[in-house]
Amino acid sequence: MSIPNDHFRQAIQHTPFHARLAALTQTEEWTVWNGCMAPRVLDKLSTEYFAVRSSCSVMDMSPMEKYRITGADAYRFLDRLLTRDLSALRPGRVTYVVWCNDEGKLIDDGTLFQFGDGDYRLCSQHHQFDWLMTSAMGFDVNIEVETHDVAALAVQGPTSYSVLTEAGIAGLEDLRPFGIANLSCQDFPVVVSRTGYTGDLGYEVWVSPENALPLWDAIFSVKSRYDVHAIGLSTLEMVRIEAGFIMPGFDFNTAESTVRANFDRSPYEVGLGWVVNLDKGQFTGRKALVAESKRPAKRRLTKITIEGNKPVGEAFIYNKKGGKLVGEIKCAVWSPILKANIALADIEYIGGALPKKLWARLDYQRELKWMSAWAECRPTNKPFYSPDHRSATPPSRL
Amino acid sequence: MIERIDAIIIGAGHNGLVCGAYLARSGLKVLFLEARDAVGGMTSESTIDDDFHIAGLAHTSFPVCAKIRKDLRLEKFGYSAGKGIETITLQEDGRHLRFGRNTVSGPDLTDKDVDAYRHFKDEFFGYAKAMRPMFATRPPRLKNMDFADKMTLAKLGWNIRFGLGRESMYEFLRVAAINIYDVLEEEFEDERLKGALAADAVIGHHMGPRSPGTVLTWLARLHAELNGPLSVVSGGPSQMCNALLQAVEASGASIRTGARVKKILVDKGKAFGVELEDGEIVKAKTIVSNADPRSTFLELVGAPQLDATFIQRVTQIRGAGDVAKLHLALSGTPEFLGLSASELENRLLIAPTMRYVEHAFNDAKYARYSEQPVLEITLPSLHNDSLAPRGHHVMSVNIQYAPYDIDGGWHEQKTTFAYKIIALIGKYAPNLKSLIVDHEFLTPQDIESRYNVRQGHWHHGEMTIHQSFMMRPVHGAAQYNTPIDGLYLCGAGAHPGGGLTGLPGHNAAQRILESGIAK
Repeated sequence: MSIPNDHFRQAIQHTPFHARLAALTQTEEWTVWNGCMAPRVLDKLSTEYFAVRSSCSVMDMSPMEKYRITGADAYRFLDRLLTRDLSALRPGRVTYVVWCNDEGKLIDDGTLFQFGDGDYRLCSQHHQFDWLMTSAMGFDVNIEVETHDVAALAVQGPTSYSVLTEAGIAGLEDLRPFGIANLSCQDFPVVVSRTGYTGDLGYEVWVSPENALPLWDAIFSVKSRYDVHAIGLSTLEMVRIEAGFIMPGFDFNTAESTVRANFDRSPYEVGLGWVVNLDKGQFTGRKALVAESKRPAKRRLTKITIEGNKPVGEAFIYNKKGGKLVGEIKCAVWSPILKANIALADIEYIGGALPKKLWARLDYQRELKWMSAWAECRPTNKPFYSPDHRSATPPSRL
Repeated sequence: MIERIDAIIIGAGHNGLVCGAYLARSGLKVLFLEARDAVGGMTSESTIDDDFHIAGLAHTSFPVCAKIRKDLRLEKFGYSAGKGIETITLQEDGRHLRFGRNTVSGPDLTDKDVDAYRHFKDEFFGYAKAMRPMFATRPPRLKNMDFADKMTLAKLGWNIRFGLGRESMYEFLRVAAINIYDVLEEEFEDERLKGALAADAVIGHHMGPRSPGTVLTWLARLHAELNGPLSVVSGGPSQMCNALLQAVEASGASIRTGARVKKILVDKGKAFGVELEDGEIVKAKTIVSNADPRSTFLELVGAPQLDATFIQRVTQIRGAGDVAKLHLALSGTPEFLGLSASELENRLLIAPTMRYVEHAFNDAKYARYSEQPVLEITLPSLHNDSLAPRGHHVMSVNIQYAPYDIDGGWHEQKTTFAYKIIALIGKYAPNLKSLIVDHEFLTPQDIESRYNVRQGHWHHGEMTIHQSFMMRPVHGAAQYNTPIDGLYLCGAGAHPGGGLTGLPGHNAAQRILESGIAK
């Protein structure tokens, strides 16, 4: 683990791409992501959004928590940490994972990269070093924080394959979704994974910090031929809801930060039952999840489409107009590409089933006057937006 | 030959034997797997110089409670409580004090202290009685209580409020969680008296008289004394374990010694058998571990089969042994200043003042052995003449404090420490040194490897408040259940803790039978 020993002198760190972001920003709308300065919006939200959906977006994802996990027991350690069956994971592949505490409540989610036998990287939303170390008791495993040792760009959008290829990264044509490739860009090595948080065709490019700016410059060197646009976190929030991806700490309270009883959530309760394998053997929280799986469902984080075009912020959900309160919206967005209000809502089940009708009570302002309206909501199981070009291999050259 | 086994007991210490006897009596086919060559755990015999025999670690005990004696018909199998002994606390100037159940006598003792002692013991016996519902059954859960849990708490509440009466209840609630030093300072004037009582409160624990919770440890001891006076565990193997062994055999259980369990086999959260060191697999639906909780969960089950926070809790169990044991083979009877030969049958204490005990603990706090340790001495061969050749004797000494880990390591300092102890006893028994034929000295590290108990702790874990009752050994494994279905704990690491009481074994058996596996 290498943490610069004077990092505390600067309250907010700059990522290796900061110089380029600082030069691009028109708005100076910065926020803090994992202790690093990160843009919310660089110039215009709609331009950035349509870069993801129509051309190519570039996002600095260096602040993402990254842990390198190696050692003789690395697999056994991860198998006990994560709810998912990892037996099918192979070197050169990535999988989406979640992990729970002893009570079967979600601590965080992330992606697990397997580089080789007994060599993994776990990426997470929140800092996990303490939980990983707790989980490591009794295992021969080495865990290193490599958050600041690896810079990363998410290059996402229908033309992302073409842009990266034009930028000089050859060999992406065979890379399937959730695959990892060791490639080079110009004269330096890059690791490219076909992963992302946008629900579109896209890649994540991992590079050592000294090659961060050359990578950025290589990608943006194709700007005369392709629309390549740097984006901030506000765009990410829009597109991840369209893709149906959840955000721990926002859509549900993470277990280790929950004080009140029953304010935390299990994987089943946020619709992630598909990443829980109760038959694979022991993992932390298994016993609690076995018990939960035998009880009627109490609540689910549900994808809903809300009729009409009134702005949806935070809102309560009822089983009919003026009926029983059954839930609340956790995140919502007007989807420009779907022309619809979409949201993730925490809904209490009635008799183990989703209420037959869902109505949102929307409170909104019209020219500073508060208004209230009822809007019917339709639940859906599928991602709101999942274009075919997302998973095509090889992707079309545009 | 494949025989159906219903329950495997890992370890045939006294609690394992009690538990197994109950299970076998209710019709289960029970198999004991004991790693050592002898049953009886810490009470099993140790031999010095071929001709001298001594109970390995256990040293004195209170009688087994009436219920276990009756249920398992221990008297029929030769159990008797043994000759009651008293405690004599030694002073260098020969002004020793002698303690009975609620009497104390000796030179220069004031009537006030004699009266105070009688009143004090009676009062505290009352507290110990009030706590009986907590000791003799499984500790109640505070969350998701069942009817039995509520009854236990109701009985405890009733006993404290109405059994003790208002005044005593206030006093009990005031002192229950504080330290013995403050309580004894309030009650008594005589330093010798306070020193002996303070030593009793901390014996076997990594605590000094000023450590919080030492009233509770003393109450646990008094709870056992309610059954009758202390007696010497006279070796060879001990009467208690001998009777238990016969009870177990009569109930149809089988015992395999020299059978070291390497792994408890678990599939999808359920125990289904054990694997022995030689690779042999024995299957059973119920596995009961008499091993200490840390060995059970960290080694026999292993972290991969358990949840992360649970493993963290188990890893953090406080339980580093702090008592060493010295066995001396003697060519004659030692002469103690101011004691007659017949008085040597008693338990002799070297704990002249309460400050002496606390200072002895200070060394241990900083990973050193006590320069002036507290000693508890018995001469078992005075109770059983088969232990030593005619005219010869064995002496057993508990030495407190001797931390499990000491700065510089035990290997370098063991011999020096043994000489210091012999010199210390020599101040009270000048001829001792000339009588020594041979000796055996066990540090907590030796106790760990000989008795397969992690960090050589008598009680399998400190009996602090945070490791007692429904928190013993840890949250998530109380009530003798474990996170692994079909795996139970029955040793001193479970409630109510250490001592030759058999209560953890008894309570565990109750719990297992309640769970409905009995035929």
